[in-house]
Amino acid sequence: MLFALPVLLVFVVFSWGPILKGLVMSFQQTNLIDPVKWVGLENFRYVLTDPGVGQAALNTVWFTLLALLFGFPVPVLLAMFLSELRGRSWLYPTLAYLPVITPPVVAILLWRFFYDPSPSGMFNSILGSVGLGPFLWLDSPHSAMPSIVLEATWAGAGNAVIIYLAALTSVRADLYEAAELDGAGVVRRVWHVMLPHLRGVLLLMLLLQVIGTMQLFTEPLLFTGGGPQGSTMTILLLIYNYAFVNGDYGAATALSVLLALVLAVVSAVFQLATRGWSTE
Amino acid sequence: MSGDRGALSDTDRRLTRVRVPFVIGQVVVLIGLVVAGLGPLLWLLKAAISPTQDSIRSPLAWFPSGQVQWQNLATAWQQGHIGYYLGNTAIIAAGTALASLIVCTTAGYVLSVLRPRWGAVMSAGILATLFVPHIVSLVPLYLTVLKVPVVHANLTNTFWAVWLPPAANAFNVLVVKRFFDGIPREYFEAARIDGAGSIRVFTSLVLPLSRPILGVVVLLSIISSWKDYLWPLLVLTNPDLQPVSVALPKIAKVTELNIQLAGLFLALLIPVLLFLVFQRAFLRGVGLSGGIKA
Repeated sequence: MLFALPVLLVFVVFSWGPILKGLVMSFQQTNLIDPVKWVGLENFRYVLTDPGVGQAALNTVWFTLLALLFGFPVPVLLAMFLSELRGRSWLYPTLAYLPVITPPVVAILLWRFFYDPSPSGMFNSILGSVGLGPFLWLDSPHSAMPSIVLEATWAGAGNAVIIYLAALTSVRADLYEAAELDGAGVVRRVWHVMLPHLRGVLLLMLLLQVIGTMQLFTEPLLFTGGGPQGSTMTILLLIYNYAFVNGDYGAATALSVLLALVLAVVSAVFQLATRGWSTE
Repeated sequence: MSGDRGALSDTDRRLTRVRVPFVIGQVVVLIGLVVAGLGPLLWLLKAAISPTQDSIRSPLAWFPSGQVQWQNLATAWQQGHIGYYLGNTAIIAAGTALASLIVCTTAGYVLSVLRPRWGAVMSAGILATLFVPHIVSLVPLYLTVLKVPVVHANLTNTFWAVWLPPAANAFNVLVVKRFFDGIPREYFEAARIDGAGSIRVFTSLVLPLSRPILGVVVLLSIISSWKDYLWPLLVLTNPDLQPVSVALPKIAKVTELNIQLAGLFLALLIPVLLFLVFQRAFLRGVGLSGGIKA
């Protein structure tokens, strides 16, 4: 069974092993200096009483909600529209995918420049030309998180568009024809044929987006470092700080396990709640 | 994009009340996509060859000082060492792609063609990792790389630390396995009757037949390793080994803006070119990923 060797090796060492180790470590004190010690639920108690965790959890949920509000409908509508186009069909998806190809670090450093709070900053001069602003963007605790959401939506929308487009290619033409013969107008054809066809993918992408956005990290680290006044400190950034700034690996894994539990509960509730409508 | 027809029929398309809003919508969407997709890229190109003051004072003006600084690109490449860091990124991406390729083809072959009795268990174990958020294993994975179990090697500050962990990618394994499932079983029987062993079936039958899917796996793993930031930041602390994504924020802190923007442009150029050249395979691969996840 020579062929199974590579996959078993990498999964045991770099996937299954670390997952189990993470669970175990959340009950231990590990700082790479003192010997490893079992501390029971001590890490969890520490994490749950850290006032920073509550704030970070709220920020993370706030980001997730904002990201859903902006980031979820736009790709759906765009894909539905693009699927109706004839000819030159490669142009639109290619344009939509360019931000996805952009390495996040490049995008963030570029957007950080766009968000220059002075009146001559990129976005401020665009909005200034129609009499708005100037805005503080990343420098204000109120607008920092929405600014991050805007960039993250720009960076992620293209991916969802392509996935929806691929799903829409499999709508059978005779369904539309039948609907048309029954006298359904364009709007009703979209509502009763196109959307129901996307239902499964939509629900899945919704769940994946929630799981993905709850693990926001690079953007707050590079845009704001968690500030101003902790307004963009997310759970993942906190885990990073616990582990790689404070060297408290036990607390970091405990918080990771808690986040994973929350995600698991969210997924389970979501699956139960939508079981009725996800089947076609 | 769609097959024979979409929600709009040919008759609809001729109606004025459908056609006019549709055409207007098309123009709006196209402008929107050009501004959002191509806009930042083109602006970055302009800013990369502009003096710093031009970009800061009037970012939207067309070379207000009349100066075009082509030398910014050369300065960023040499003094900013962007060229060197891009080389590191390329080495990391190539190694990641190769490792992923080895793992997912052999795994796909075991699960789809050889099908040992314990294949189902392995398959379930791989599938299960798709449902575990990455965050659970971030810290323990870091400690694993610091001291690999059994062999006790420290992989940090070696490229192995960035090549190997991404190869444990359940998604790649499943996509490749599914593709192998589509190869007619008669081929394998014919090859076996001709006396080919399982290694020979793998190298001269399965691999050549699956070139399209392997291309997709390679492209997606190159791009994801090109985009990666957190992991190389953690495990490659030696600046000589760092990829451009880790180097850029540090360069941004100490370099003048025009050189910084030129660096960003250079770092963006290669993935964009790669994407434009292999655009079809890319978009198919991403669409495929939606199909697998659904």
